[in-house]
Amino acid sequence: MIEGAPWRRWVFFYVPVTAFVVSLLFPFYWMVITTIRPDSELYRPWSAANYAPFWTTRPTLEHIRDLLSETLFSTWMLNTMIISLAATAISLFCGLLAGYALSRLKFPYAGLIGTAIFITYLVPQTLLFIPLADIIRNFKLGDSPWALILTYPTFLIPFCTWLLMGYFKSIPKELEECARIDGAPRWKAMVYIIFPVAIPGILSAGIFAFTLSWNEFIYALVFLSSPEQKTVPVGVTSELVRGDVFYWGELMAGALLGSIPVAFVYSFFVEYYVSGITGSVKG
Amino acid sequence: MATGGSVATVALRQQYVPAAKRGPITRLLEDERRLAFCLMLPTMVLLALFIAYPFVNGILLAVTDTRVGVPGHFVGMDNFTKIWSDDIFHVAVWNTCLYTFVTTVFKLALGLWLALLLNRNFRGKAFMRAFILLPFIIPTVLSTFAWKWMFDPTFSVLNWLLFHVGIIRTRINWLGDPTMAMVSVIIVNVWRGVPFYAISLLAGLQTISPELHEAAAIDGARAWSRFRHVTWPLLLPVTLVIVLFSVIQTFADFQLVYVLTGGGPANATQLFATYAYQLGIGTGLLSQGAAISLAIFPILLLVVIVQLIYIRRTETL
Repeated sequence: MIEGAPWRRWVFFYVPVTAFVVSLLFPFYWMVITTIRPDSELYRPWSAANYAPFWTTRPTLEHIRDLLSETLFSTWMLNTMIISLAATAISLFCGLLAGYALSRLKFPYAGLIGTAIFITYLVPQTLLFIPLADIIRNFKLGDSPWALILTYPTFLIPFCTWLLMGYFKSIPKELEECARIDGAPRWKAMVYIIFPVAIPGILSAGIFAFTLSWNEFIYALVFLSSPEQKTVPVGVTSELVRGDVFYWGELMAGALLGSIPVAFVYSFFVEYYVSGITGSVKG
Repeated sequence: MATGGSVATVALRQQYVPAAKRGPITRLLEDERRLAFCLMLPTMVLLALFIAYPFVNGILLAVTDTRVGVPGHFVGMDNFTKIWSDDIFHVAVWNTCLYTFVTTVFKLALGLWLALLLNRNFRGKAFMRAFILLPFIIPTVLSTFAWKWMFDPTFSVLNWLLFHVGIIRTRINWLGDPTMAMVSVIIVNVWRGVPFYAISLLAGLQTISPELHEAAAIDGARAWSRFRHVTWPLLLPVTLVIVLFSVIQTFADFQLVYVLTGGGPANATQLFATYAYQLGIGTGLLSQGAAISLAIFPILLLVVIVQLIYIRRTETL
C-alpha cells in the first residue's frame, strides 16, 4: 500500500504515475483520433481558432475504407502474418533443440558454441543488411517472402535458444533420469518429458519472436521491392507517402490496424511476454 | 511437477520395448554427442548461412569497389580511408554517440523511477503494467508515424499544447530545425525505451526481499538512503545487463530515424545505420555502405567483451 499523508501520496505517487501513463499512451490516442477524424478537420493549423485537437464531432470511417480499398494494405497484413508465423515456427524449432542440447548434453565445444550464439544474439540487423542483400540476390530469394522467413530466424534463434536454455536449466535432471531408467530412449525423454514442462518458456519465446518479426523493418525494406510483397511497416512507409505528400488519415489508420494483431497476441499473453523480457535480460 | 513426471514415465514405460529391439536411428541418437550434433545442426546451418557468411562477405565487400550491378576489384583499405576522411561520417559518429548516451541516461532514469512507482501494491497494477508496455510492443515504424504527425510543423498537437499551457510563444519547428530534430528523435526513442527499462527493472526490484528494507528502516534509514544503500546495489547487476542490451540496440538504431527525419535536416540526425543505408542502398555504393556498417562492429565487440567478462564474474561469485 501507499503510505503517508494524502498530499505526499499525490505528489510522490498519483501525479507521476498519471504523467507517465498519459505520455506513454497519448500517441496511441492520437492514432485513433486521427483515423476517425474527417480530412476537413484534420488539416486545420494548430494556431487556428477552431482547432479542437482531442475530440471530433463528426467521426468517419472514410480513412479505413480508403486504406482497405485503394491500397494493398490487406495484402501487406497477410504477408506480415505469414512471414511472422513462419519465422517464429522455424526459430522455436531450432531454439528448442539447440537450447536443450546446450543446457542438458555434454559435447565438445559446447561452451564455445554457446558463447557464439550469445554473440549473434547481440548482432544488430543494421550490421549485416548490405552484404546480406547481396547474398539474398545470389540465392535468387530477392522480393519473395522466403528472403524474410529465412533471415528473421537469425535474430530470433539466438534469443529463443538463450531464453529456453534458462528454462531447461531450471528443470530437475531427475525427471529425465527417471524416464531413462525406465527404458525411454534419449530423444523420447526429451520430447515427451522435458518439452512439455518447458511450455511456458516456449510460449514466452514464441510471443516475443512473433512481435519482433512484426516489428522488423530494415531487412523487409531492403530485400523486398514490389508493392504486393511488402510487409505492413514497409508498405505503410513507402506506399502511403508520395514524395512530400503524407496521407495522414490513411497513415494513422494503417498504423492502428497494423498494430492490432500484435496488441491482440500480447493482450492474451501479457504474463508470458513480461517473463520473456525478464528472462532475456537475466542472461 | 514431480507427479506429472511420474505419470508420464509410467506412460512411457508401457510404450517401450527392450533396448535391443529399437530402431537404428534411436540407437544412433543414444550417443550424447551424436544427439547434440543433430540438435545443433538446424541452428548452426541457419546462423552460418545468414550471419557468418554475410559477415565475411561484408568484409570482402568493404575491401573492393563494388557497386550495384558492377562487380568490384580489390582496393584494400581505400573505403575505410575514404570514410575516415568523410565529414558526414564524422557527423554520423558524433550523432550516434550523442544519441546513444543521452537516450540511455533518460531511459534509465525515467525507467527506474517508473519501476519504483510500480513496485507497490495498488489497485489495477497488473492492468497498468500491461498498458505501459504498449510503446515497446507496437511496431516502431507505426508508432513513429504517430509521432511524426504530432511533430508536424503546421498541425502539431504538441505545439498547440505547449502554446496553451504558456510554455512557448511561437511554433517549434520540431523536425525542421537541426537541434530540435535531434531532440525529437531522442524523445521518441526514450518514449519507446522507458517501458522496457521499467518492466525489466521492476522484475529486478521484486527479487529484493522487503525484509532488507524493513531492517534498514528500523535502523533509521530514510527513503533516499534506503534506495542508495539497499535497493541500488542489489539492482546493479540486472541494470548493467539491461543497459548493455539497450546500448547495442540504440547504437544500431535505424527505423526510428529513417521514418522521422531520414537523417536530415542536413545530416543533423544522421546515424551509422541511416548513413550506411543511404550510401549502400540509396546511392548503390555497396562497398562503402558495407564499410560504414562494419565500423559499428568494433564498438559492438567492446560491449560484448565487457558483458562476457561481467557474466563470467557474476557466475564465479
